[in-house]
Amino acid sequence: MAIKQITVFLENRAGRLLEITQLLAYNKIDLRALNIAETTDYGLLRIIVDDSEKALAVLKESGAIATTTDVLAVAVPNIPGGLNTLLQVLANANVDVSYMYSIFGHADENAYMILQLADADEVAGILKNKGIVVADAQKLGIN
Amino acid sequence: MEKYYQQEMECASREEMVALQNERLVAQVKHVWDNVPYYRKKMEDKGLTPDDIKGIEDLHKLPFLTKDDLRDAYPYGLLAKPLADCVRIQSTSGTTGKRVVAFYTQHDVDLWEDCCARALVAAGGTNEDVCQVSYGYGLFTGGPGMNGGSHKVGCLTLPMSSGNTDRQLQFMTDLGATIICCTPSYAEYLAESIHERGLRDQIKLKAGIFGAEAWSEEMRHDIEEKLGIKAFDIYGLTETSGPGVAFECSEQTGMHINEDHFIAEIIDPETLEVLPEGSQGELVFTSITKEAFPLLRYRTKDITVLSREKCSCGRTLVKMHKPMGRSDDMLIVKGVNVFPSQIEAVLLENGYPANYQIIVDRVNHSDTIEVLVEMTPEIFSDSLGSITEKEKNLVAALKAMLGIYAKVRLVEPKSIARSEGKAVRVIDKRKI
Ligand SMILES: [Zn+2]
Repeated sequence: MAIKQITVFLENRAGRLLEITQLLAYNKIDLRALNIAETTDYGLLRIIVDDSEKALAVLKESGAIATTTDVLAVAVPNIPGGLNTLLQVLANANVDVSYMYSIFGHADENAYMILQLADADEVAGILKNKGIVVADAQKLGIN
Repeated sequence: MEKYYQQEMECASREEMVALQNERLVAQVKHVWDNVPYYRKKMEDKGLTPDDIKGIEDLHKLPFLTKDDLRDAYPYGLLAKPLADCVRIQSTSGTTGKRVVAFYTQHDVDLWEDCCARALVAAGGTNEDVCQVSYGYGLFTGGPGMNGGSHKVGCLTLPMSSGNTDRQLQFMTDLGATIICCTPSYAEYLAESIHERGLRDQIKLKAGIFGAEAWSEEMRHDIEEKLGIKAFDIYGLTETSGPGVAFECSEQTGMHINEDHFIAEIIDPETLEVLPEGSQGELVFTSITKEAFPLLRYRTKDITVLSREKCSCGRTLVKMHKPMGRSDDMLIVKGVNVFPSQIEAVLLENGYPANYQIIVDRVNHSDTIEVLVEMTPEIFSDSLGSITEKEKNLVAALKAMLGIYAKVRLVEPKSIARSEGKAVRVIDKRKI
């Protein structure tokens, strides 16, 4: 159920993110989600794209440092308390979420969150048992 | 049982050694005054005559010689013997400008080879050994020096010169070499080749003597483990003779300087004052036995520390620490001497690449030092915590080495400026 996220090392300087988005645009790679974790000197750009293999290849070819990580795309109903329900399930199951961010647009009536966890597949099973939708790559239009 | 090549010199009492140095220095100063107008003028400029130098306590009065002097005086300006008495030249690579050419009489060659023989015996060499000399032969002093020393000890000498790894390994295994002399980087290369080809069982090496390059303790352990040998350091420079100016003994805690031939001093490279024993500073050598090319107070630019602590090997010769850097590269940050080579060593030990840049600045009247390090795929991960943890460890290791806080900044690969393929290592904004 896990999908591939690409993490890119970004030096904190003007225009660096633009260089990455230009590179992706030039290679016709579509962004589905984006998040930046930063320190004073550098940041980690985390992206979900439609073709992660191709994106990783062009990034590496450009000289960037990039790696892939397994993450889950989890449905959050578009109602008050939607995210709260999800976090309650995870807390009850003692699951530690390293970080999370939301995905652009909607594949259906739900919003989707990207979750990074120690064991994505195990957590996917827990969530499904509780009736929470975990989107697969196909649903999100990811190769 | 420790063996010596020339025990009476290597284990002489301090009184005997000082008496010998006094006598040899006085004679050497007179020899230079009489035969080297270039240096005589330097002495005259300071109002000195040979009568002012009565022993080693007067050494500090003499003018220094530097590599610039050697270039100015090229090729014959510092020659102290008629060419008819000279039998050999050796030369530096000349990568940083004009070549340095050093001349040798037969007597000079003889004493130089004695120094190399001392190093071989200290490494356990005897006439039963097969000594593979894989330093370059030719103008470079490494091959000829160790070759001569090996003959003196009576080892079967394999004059391999450098390169051609297939042939090196064939002779090493077929003829059962027990001692190898080469650069530490070539030793590592040979060790890897031996490992890859599964030849470890077929080699009989027990010791290696490695010099002519900077190398770390980590490299020593690595080579010792891979080859199953004891790895000894050796120091020398073409200007004073070649390898064998100083050599390591079984204790492996520094190199004994052959004080009967070379008087060592440590000076402050800024003030040029002689520093007390145990101080870190620039190493200066005075050759007291060389006939053809006798350099007085030659500044090596190598930064080190001398120690007269009693050595377990029984030698009384003063020991020098492996050079920590070059005085040309020395930075003074917050009053502390910092060498790029120290920073490089810490980076390599912590798994970072040697692509780095040091930026020194002054902010609010206080010096700052920042080390830019290029990120690598090995260090990188999706976890910010893991990267910052590694960064913290690096900062701590730098603090331990330098004694001051240095900020670390991780930058993207290939982002550190390189000029002509060489990185610009230091940017000192304080001078701009
Ligand atoms: Zn010793």
